[in-house]
Amino acid sequence: MKILIAGDGKLGSTIARQLSSEGYDITLIDRNPAVLEATMEHYDVITIEGNAATMPVLRQAGVDEADLLIAVMGEDELNLLSCMTAHAMNPSIHTIARIRDPEYAEQAYSMREDFALSLVVNPEKHAAHEIERLLKYPGFLKYDSFARGRIDIVELKISEDSKLKDVSLQNLSNIVNTQVLVVAVMRDGKVIAGPDGSLVLEEGDDIYVAASRENLTSLLHNIGIIKKKTKHVLIVGGGKLSYYLSQMLVKDGLGVEIIERNPQRCLELADAIPGATVVQGDASSTEFLEGEGLSDTDAFVTLTGLDELNIILSLYGYKKKVSQIITKVSRVDYGAVISDLPIGSVISPKELCCSNIVRYVRAMRNQKGAALTVHSIAEGQAEAVEFIVDENTRHVGEELRNIPTKKNTLIGGITRGSHSEIPNGLSSFEVGDSVVVICSGDTVLYSLNDIFDD
Amino acid sequence: MNFKLMGRINSYVLAIEAVLMVPSMLISVGYGEIRAAGALLISILITIAVSGILFLVSKGAKNSLRAREGLVCVGVCWIAMSLLGALPFCISGEIPRYVDAVFETVSGFTTTGASILVDVEDMSKGLLFWRSFTHWIGGMGILVFMLAVVPMGGKNEGFTLHLMRAESPGPSVGKIVPKMRETASILYLIYCGLTFLCVLFLLAGDMPLFDALCTAFGTAGTGGFGVKRDSMAGYSEYLQSVVTVFMALFGVNFTCYYLLLRKDWKSVLKDEELRTYVIAILASAFAITLNIRDQFTSMREAWHHAVFTVSSIITTTGFATKDFNQWPTFSKAVILTLMFIGACAGSTGGGIKVSRILLLIKGLRRNIHQILHPQKVQTIRINGKSVSETVMANTNAYLSAYVLIVIMSFLVLSLNGGFSIESNFSAVMCTFNNIGPGLDQVGPASNFFAYNDLSKIVLIFDMLLGRLEIFPILVLFSRSTWTKLK
Repeated sequence: MKILIAGDGKLGSTIARQLSSEGYDITLIDRNPAVLEATMEHYDVITIEGNAATMPVLRQAGVDEADLLIAVMGEDELNLLSCMTAHAMNPSIHTIARIRDPEYAEQAYSMREDFALSLVVNPEKHAAHEIERLLKYPGFLKYDSFARGRIDIVELKISEDSKLKDVSLQNLSNIVNTQVLVVAVMRDGKVIAGPDGSLVLEEGDDIYVAASRENLTSLLHNIGIIKKKTKHVLIVGGGKLSYYLSQMLVKDGLGVEIIERNPQRCLELADAIPGATVVQGDASSTEFLEGEGLSDTDAFVTLTGLDELNIILSLYGYKKKVSQIITKVSRVDYGAVISDLPIGSVISPKELCCSNIVRYVRAMRNQKGAALTVHSIAEGQAEAVEFIVDENTRHVGEELRNIPTKKNTLIGGITRGSHSEIPNGLSSFEVGDSVVVICSGDTVLYSLNDIFDD
Repeated sequence: MNFKLMGRINSYVLAIEAVLMVPSMLISVGYGEIRAAGALLISILITIAVSGILFLVSKGAKNSLRAREGLVCVGVCWIAMSLLGALPFCISGEIPRYVDAVFETVSGFTTTGASILVDVEDMSKGLLFWRSFTHWIGGMGILVFMLAVVPMGGKNEGFTLHLMRAESPGPSVGKIVPKMRETASILYLIYCGLTFLCVLFLLAGDMPLFDALCTAFGTAGTGGFGVKRDSMAGYSEYLQSVVTVFMALFGVNFTCYYLLLRKDWKSVLKDEELRTYVIAILASAFAITLNIRDQFTSMREAWHHAVFTVSSIITTTGFATKDFNQWPTFSKAVILTLMFIGACAGSTGGGIKVSRILLLIKGLRRNIHQILHPQKVQTIRINGKSVSETVMANTNAYLSAYVLIVIMSFLVLSLNGGFSIESNFSAVMCTFNNIGPGLDQVGPASNFFAYNDLSKIVLIFDMLLGRLEIFPILVLFSRSTWTKLK
């Protein structure tokens, strides 16, 4: 499949890396030859210099034969124009545009057909949804849902006083008293996907647990994470992500306070979200943060444009014993470094957006049997993929313990109709079921059959 | 330095070389040449052994290579495969001295075609075949072949670009399709297809199969090793014309053929490099025809030999139908000029390359303009697209290195008494530009046997420098290449 990516920024090159390693033909278009050169030296892609919203450049990039255009340039307008131009030149092309500006977000979505867009991605809005969910379920570092929200995979850290410390996986259900499954364990920066029952959890492990929604609450209670409802959120930074997030939180009835340095931006925010308290000031001053009630807030969310500042602020929040901390980190390259820091949940809008796009591409590649949703977990070292069982799937109706599966893969959830179950050796799947599979990051699953080892 | 990955790549290259020796061995067996077949068999075993050792040593190599490592890797690969490729000649005793054997092999791989053999017809068929086959392998490049057949570790193989850039000639080498493996395969398919066509046309002219294969390899790689004492002179006019056309075809940028296959006639017709190349061939053939017409019975015959020679020299092949040493000085001067220019970038030919000459001329014109209008801002454009200043700087650096190397080699060669200045200079020119025969004592009618070992080694390096476009070999001698920090 031929894919054009317009814009070789952080997101563009992340998508290029992911898709080229999955074997697609990638053509990158950008106006800066230096970044193109760097990307081409790292990934197996071809590059074209120029403005991807112009016909000659698109023609040179082979838009006539391309199946998909992903427009992720810096400007929303350019992305829209590029998609429209490409569609005019090749009506059968699929187009994905990144639209970030709240002013356009709504109209881009409702005018998708006029703009000839197959998918609109909005990394900040997506990230805001993610943060909103995390705030609803405190105690988890990360949270992914499958089967229309019936199965969740959550990330938990085993702390010093955790009840799960030194427990082997086969004894886990006795302690938590509910049907859950540990699908991956992250230890010392390395991931063990589909761990076996003899594995003993240690302090400092990040574990990924699959559970149905009902069981999630009991899990929380049984392992002693007190579920205190979040009532007040302190947000640092007033960018697009903050805008989307505070809008959602205000709607949910939470108290929101935003700290932003730029007075002009403060005015805009105060005007756009009347329900939120907007404070103008420099959040990097500790006195100021204290004065704004850092110690009293239920959740502290750092969303400034500087990763370093976000991390430092979150560390400070941890020192001040804020019960929930969420940190935005745009550069995912340093994941291994920051995973050891107590900065709570780490959110990367770009990474979220990338997995969103990859999901679309996979679905396009193979309409039948393709993955419905793909979530990357454990810093991208493992993936949770949702499939629908169809007639071509093998081993339908067999007990899971009799099915040979590849190493580092695991079935983490089976949903039939409205009933979800976390499977054990006696479970089986039927045609029409939705199945969540966990696999380590270097395995690429195109269909459910790829996990069987025969 | 990622020595492990470099070792792994070297191991693949040598394994491929060993496999490519097999056809020559079978031919030896077919002709009942026990000695040559044995020598080839031993060489294959040695090459496989070296490849195997490298493979074992390079276990667990990480898949990443930076630009300078790519250059070093290609340089080392070419030297290694030349040293091993020379073994059959030496072991069989047909070229008893190892230096001579290496000279012959490097001359083959670099598609030079300069020979130290006094009489090629004495050589066994199997080794003659191997000698011509090295042209074919070296023409498109063995690493490009490796990229086409060996999957390099699946994920993120962007680093392979460095290998292709280091091996393929031209000022700005790029891919033609997104995937490196596909790019390399397309290039090789075009190469094989054209070679096959060439063989067919030669067979149609009643050339024996063996001769047709060897001649086609020499033509395709723009090498120039013949299987006859008098190169191409003994063949019919038809066969010579076929070779003329195919030499010119193999001197064209292979991207043009890809565009033709995609029916993109317009870009090909508008290609500035191709136009310049065609004009250069026609103009110099015309000038030489006028200059040499007294030596031939008819104008047509003069044209026939002039165009053959021009095509042979500009594509840096080096086949000959007439001893152009006997031609007037003006014709020889034109031939010497064509040696500089060489073929198109992205072809199998050598020389400075037409596209670089275009860039140099345009750059010079800009400099002159800027002397007249110091404030004038001007970009350099090729095919309607502006060329980046980095490419311009690289082209200028290339020319400087080119001139320096020519002068230095010329000086060292002069230590060797008994050769005229014309011979020495043309010897450097025609090895560095991968042509083959030069003028005077190294003209089409003679060879390089009489040079001493030092001169031969210098010429061997000249050939490698010329084929790999200087830098992959030059970086091997830079201290900063081997120290950890630059």
